[in-house]
Amino acid sequence: MTVVHPTPIPVQPVRPRPEPPLAMLAELTHRCPLACPYCSNPLELTRREGELTTEQWAEVFRQAADLGVLQLHLSGGEPASRPDLVQIVAAARQAGLYTNLITSGIGLTGRRLDELDAAGLDHVQLSVQGVNAGIADHVGGYKGGFDRKMMVAAEIARIGFPLTINAVMHRHNLGDLAATIALAHQLGARRIEIACVQFQGWALRNRAALQPTREQVEEAKRTVAQARVDYAGRLAIDFVPPDYFADFPKACMNGWGSTGLNIAPDGKVLPCHAAEIIPGLQFQNVLTTPLAEIWNGGPAFNAFRGTDWMPELCQACDRRDIDYGGCRCQAMAIAGDARATDPVCRRSPHRAALDALIAAETSVAPPPFEYRRMPR
Amino acid sequence: MTPADRPFLPRGVRLHHDRVRGVPVLLGPETALILDQVGQAVLGEVDGTRDIATISAALAERYAAPVEMIEADVIEFLDDMAARRLVEAT
Ligand code: SF4
Ligand code: SF4
Repeated sequence: MTVVHPTPIPVQPVRPRPEPPLAMLAELTHRCPLACPYCSNPLELTRREGELTTEQWAEVFRQAADLGVLQLHLSGGEPASRPDLVQIVAAARQAGLYTNLITSGIGLTGRRLDELDAAGLDHVQLSVQGVNAGIADHVGGYKGGFDRKMMVAAEIARIGFPLTINAVMHRHNLGDLAATIALAHQLGARRIEIACVQFQGWALRNRAALQPTREQVEEAKRTVAQARVDYAGRLAIDFVPPDYFADFPKACMNGWGSTGLNIAPDGKVLPCHAAEIIPGLQFQNVLTTPLAEIWNGGPAFNAFRGTDWMPELCQACDRRDIDYGGCRCQAMAIAGDARATDPVCRRSPHRAALDALIAAETSVAPPPFEYRRMPR
Repeated sequence: MTPADRPFLPRGVRLHHDRVRGVPVLLGPETALILDQVGQAVLGEVDGTRDIATISAALAERYAAPVEMIEADVIEFLDDMAARRLVEAT
């Protein structure tokens, strides 16, 4: 039997132009003196030779501001590993962006912080790996890191930068949660962001070593509730519980391609920092394509924009516009399919597999860390 | 807040004109707040030296409205901002 197919016309769905992005994360470098096993950077790290230059970053910032970005997060790796960090901050401020530095503190000195102040840096986010040198230096894989960080924190307070402490919590430090919050307050932070480890990049590789137990998670929720009372009006506490233990997924990136974007050290533009684990996505680079073109119509951004791409389960769900089907990278990592419902969701057919995985990982002693390292 | 409080924008919080969206915004740590007319008018007066009573009187004159009404609006708005740690007062 012969069936005559009409010549397929490639369908270019007409999309409304997306809203402009509000925030941009610039991964200035993948270099970092620390080697945290929970790092969300990709396993394949970009080397120094591949990084954008000062002037190229300045151009990216101008394009971002023209596109509507208001907030810039300078991240990495460790941004202070860039010798031109001060010029980069100055360029960001010149472009009119609210500039936030996300740092481990290593590589900063009082003098450099003074220069960053003069360059107009708006806000500092300092990560802590633990509440004392023993734990912090073990987790960060860097001896002396904790003491250096405490010195940097004192300089930040001297200058008066508004400070947020970032703490990634996992199996090895959830017991120190109350002490972590106390440390943030003692360092003069106005906010602490407590994020239970998200399993992406190196953290995914170290999942068994980092996976908290259900008891730890429940205890953490109680600790946070109490601390919110104790520190009311003095320290704002943001707490991101681990989504593996939740019933519904997080609204990843507030919806793919809806509010934010990421620039990798080499200029690659990503809808989220972990997006590279999704096979088949076509990423563009700011060195060859204008940022506006990438945001407005780039294939990687359009891949999961809106609701058309969703599986039937999510399309028909009452939470469709609340969590947008969850995290694509997590669907990829656990269900092996970036288009699947986030396996964290109780309605997902993959939820049972996720529960089994948590049970298996938390029933045995955690394996040793595999520290984040640059390729040789 | 009370009429005698002198509000100011703490370090790390600033007003910004968003030329892409054509609106005034208040930028702070993890915040980009689009301001409505009230917000824009009030924050435009906040300078860290004048108290709420003085600011309210100025706004009442500019908008030809009763000062008690304006002052109540100003305090309500600034209380909300203070709860989000975007405004402080001495
Ligand atoms: S998570 Fe640790 S290793 Fe990764 S960039 Fe931050 S400080 Fe460096
Ligand atoms: S089915 Fe999809 S949209 Fe509904 S809660 Fe689960 S992930 Fe969210």
